[in-house]
Formats: sequence, C-alpha cells, structure tokens
Amino acid sequence: MRTCFPSLCLVNCLIVEIQNLTKIYPSKLPVTAVDGLDLELEQGEIFGLLGPNGAGKTTTISIATTRTLPTSGTIRINGIDVVQHPAHARRMIGVVPQFNTLDRSLTVYENLYFHCRYFGFSHSTAKSRSLDLLTQFMLTERKSVYPAQLSGGLAQRVQIARAIAHRPAVLFLDEPSAGLDPQSRMAMWSAVQELHKEGITVLLTTHYMEEADQLSDRLAILDHGRILALGSPEKLKSTFGAHTLFDLKLKSRASLDPLLASLRAHPGVTNAEATSDGLRVLAVSADGLLSDLVQAAAPYGLRDLQITEPSLETVFIQLTGRDLRE
Amino acid sequence: MNNINAGNRDQGTGISHLRPAIFFQAFIGLFLRDLRVLTREFLPFLLRVGMQPLLFLFVFTFILPRMSTGNPMAIAGGVDFGTILLPGLMAVAIMFSGIAAVALPLSSEFGITREIDDRVMCPLPLWAVALEKVCFSAMQSIIAALLVIPMAYYIPAKPVVAHITSWFLLALVLVLASLLAGALGLVIGSTVNPKQIGLVFSILVVPITFLGCVYYPWMGLFQNIRWLSIAVLFNPIVYMSEGLRAAVTPGIEHMPWWAILIALVFFTAVLGRWGLKGFLGRVQS
Repeated sequence: MRTCFPSLCLVNCLIVEIQNLTKIYPSKLPVTAVDGLDLELEQGEIFGLLGPNGAGKTTTISIATTRTLPTSGTIRINGIDVVQHPAHARRMIGVVPQFNTLDRSLTVYENLYFHCRYFGFSHSTAKSRSLDLLTQFMLTERKSVYPAQLSGGLAQRVQIARAIAHRPAVLFLDEPSAGLDPQSRMAMWSAVQELHKEGITVLLTTHYMEEADQLSDRLAILDHGRILALGSPEKLKSTFGAHTLFDLKLKSRASLDPLLASLRAHPGVTNAEATSDGLRVLAVSADGLLSDLVQAAAPYGLRDLQITEPSLETVFIQLTGRDLRE
Repeated sequence: MNNINAGNRDQGTGISHLRPAIFFQAFIGLFLRDLRVLTREFLPFLLRVGMQPLLFLFVFTFILPRMSTGNPMAIAGGVDFGTILLPGLMAVAIMFSGIAAVALPLSSEFGITREIDDRVMCPLPLWAVALEKVCFSAMQSIIAALLVIPMAYYIPAKPVVAHITSWFLLALVLVLASLLAGALGLVIGSTVNPKQIGLVFSILVVPITFLGCVYYPWMGLFQNIRWLSIAVLFNPIVYMSEGLRAAVTPGIEHMPWWAILIALVFFTAVLGRWGLKGFLGRVQS
C-alpha cells in the first residue's frame, strides 16, 4: 500500500485505491451491481466513470463514500480503509450526491457553516470559510435563502460548496449534471475545473460522454459492474480505433449475411453487424466507404443512414454493442 | 490540505488516537445544528408541547370542579385530580416531545429528500448520529416536562400537592424518561414508513398514553382492575408516569422507585437497540 503526502509527492500518488470490489444486493434474484472492480486514482486528477444506467457507477461511489457496504473487496481513500474506518474516511472525502440532500431547515449560509462545524471547525473559522465559499460560488446574495427556494443549478452549486467546505482530498460527484439546464451544467463544469486547478482529486460518474470527454483526465468505461476500458479520453479513442459508425436502416433484413461478409472485407471496415432494424458498420476510415455502402445496401431497401463521428460513444458501442444511454 | 496530512499521520500512529476529539466535535456540531433549528422555531415548539397539558389542566382541574355536578374524575381517597395529573401530564409531554423531535424529522429525512445523507456524512460513527438525535430530543423532553409544573401550579381550582423529597430522583427519572422517549421516537422514525407516520399516532401513541397510568396511578389500577395492571407493565409510559409520581407527588401511592428505575433503563436499552438497528438499516445498504 502506498500512502500519499501531498506536500511531498506531487506526481503519481494514489489517493483512491479500489481493489477487487464486489457488491451483490441480496434478493430472490441477487443483483451484482459491482463485479470485481479494480481502480486507482492519482492525486489531483479528474477521473470519470462512464457507463449506462445500472452499470454500477453509483454503487461504487456509495461504497467509496461509506454509505454502502461492499460484499467483498476494499477501498482506501488516502490510505484509509473506508469500511474499517468510515468516520475517519469521511474527513477525506466530499460528496455531491445525485439528489439534493441539503438541510432544508437551514439557510444556504447555515448549511455551509454547520457542515464546517461537523468537521471540527471553530465558530470563527467556520464562519469565514462559509463566507469565502459563498463568494467563490457566487452565492453571497442567496446566503439567507432556504434550499427549497433554490433552482436545481443553484442547489447543485451549494452542494459542491458544501462538499469541499472541509477541504477533502477527494471530491465525489455522482451524476452532477443530471437534471441541470445547459447553463447550469456549464457553470458546474467550470466549478469542477476550478477545483481541479486547486489540486483536488475528483471522481465523477456520468452517462453524458461529452461531460466525461471534456472534464476527465482519465476515465473508465463501466458496464455490468466491470471496467471495459480505462485511460485518457484520447487514449481510449485511439486504442479502440477512432471508429466512425454507420447505422443503416433497411426495409428488408432477409439474407443479410452475404452483405455483412462483403462489407467486412472492405478496406477500412473493422466490423459489420446486424441490428434490430438494419446493420451497423464500424470503420477506421470513411473515405469512399459511404458510396460503396449506399450501393451495397440499395437492394435491401435503404431507408436511412446515420453517421456518428469518432467519439467515446463509438468506443462504448464497440466495447458493449449497445448505446450509452440505453 | 491539513486534513490530508493529518489522515496520513494516522496511518501507523493509530487512528484511534485522534478519534475521540474528532467525534466529540462532530457530535457538538450536530447538537448546535439542532439547537439552531429549535431556537428558530421556539414558539411553535412551546405551543406544540404546552397546548395539551394546558387544556387538560384547564378542563379537568379548573372547569369541571366549578360545575355543579362536581368533578367526575375525582379519585377516591380525597386526593385531588390535579395532583394525580401533574406527573402523568409531565410523562405525556416527555413522550410526545420525544416522538416529535426524533420520529417526525427522521421520517422526512429518510423520505424523498434523503436529507439524512447530510448528517450521516459527518465524521462520526453512525450510532453516534442516532445517539445525538436521542440526546437532543431528551433535552426538549425535559423542557416540555418542566413546562407542565408552572401550569399545574396556576391553573387548577384546588392547589396541586407537589412535594419533591429527592431532587436527585427527579433529575434521574426526568433524564431516563426523556432518553426512553427519544429511543421510542428512534424506533418509530426508523422502522415506520413515512407515509404511515400519522397512523402510528392513532394506533400506538394514543393507546400507550391512555393505558400509561397517566390519568390514574398504577396502584389504583392494581387494587381495582388487577388484570389490566399486569397487562400495562409492558407499556414503557407506565414507568415514566410512575417515576415522576414517585419524584414529584410521593404522597400518592406509586411503584417502588428501584423497580421504576430498572424498568426505565431496561426499556431505554431495548428500544435504543431496536431503533439503532432500524436506523443503521435505513442509512447504510
């Protein structure tokens, strides 16, 4: 086990270590939410967990933030085992949950102030820290407002301010842009990037690939509780081939096999497969392919053709065979 | 990033070394938070805990004695009803306050808002978060019980005969009864579906109040309706009423003080354990 002294070690320090993490929710039909997950986060990076609903992202975050107990495996935050020492681990982490969990009985300022008090700040330190955060997150005008009166975007900002108030080493953001309008989403992204500049490590889950692509230094694509791919967005796109995706909708799907075989033999095409309403072609190069595709598919009654440029989504579809937002 | 450094130092040097101070600060933080919310709603709090004993005393010890038919609730033996009622009403105030301070907030915090996550993310073991709720509710219960005393002094037509022989016993009973009420609130709040919290008042809280020796002493029941006096021994409210009777109006026959204290501790422990189990089950999956 490596532990990390941020003041001494600026590169390649492991701040989050997840080893062989498994979570099975017991019931008549036990659900395996996380299946032997291994993951390491380095000091100061923004790490994205990308996957469709039910991939195990939220369960992983819940275990890391001590709200769920794992069936097996360990998570260490800054060297502290979250199952063995949950109360102590909580001092290392800040959490922005999927839903608004702000204290409805307290004002925005008091939410921050009492959060600081829970973490051992004195009255004067808690007060100055809360006022600083209100300024930093442009919430000063709303300091006396109750959470129920805040819009989704503003509540999210207060939640982020609250999560970092006690200066945690790692910030967990669970679907931070779910339910936010585009403007609030942009504001949230810039807030996260600001925190990143301050050196905080961020683990965020999302099923928006643009979010993962733009925010993350590294990301893991998760499905069925397992990591399918791990690396920087650029690395993932290049490793798994910067594929262009052609989705063809056909009137007739009878005897598609010869067509699939001929397409697979086409230079630049890495794979061609039947889908529920036609076929899907993954190609490294799109040059000249489009006209060949249209010609080859014409006898089958080509109704529609959709081209998706290389992106994390095409990487995901290549890995799992299904859409990210299914 | 002082916290990070502190966390690393704990590795090897023993996390336990720092624990009590951290936990104590978090516990105090939660208590201060509850105090802030209470002071903001202090008037509604006073009305909530004071209205019932106020009206009870007014109707049964002020209005009825003045009516020509006399007091229908006068107890044989010449003891005034107000004297019977004082400890009983204190017990009711404690119980209602305990339930209102723990069960009602908990049921909404466990609800759609999941506000409980705000509290359970404190650097404190989960059992201590539950304990803070019980302790804070106990403080409210004590205030509620003490509020009944001036009412009982001023309202009844005939003066209430209170005679506190042991302040220590009164303090002990007040604290134990209040913790018991908080533990009961924890059980209700963490095991009952938030939608059915209103129903619990009708089918649980009202019956245990009426059968809790609040409006009559247990000895009276024992001498006249033996089977019922045995049956109500399973009701923790009985020991709250009888304990306060022993402490505030010892002139009225009551259970022996040692039996009351044992029962109060027993029920607090059982309900506390049950409530904690429910609480842990709700906050951690």
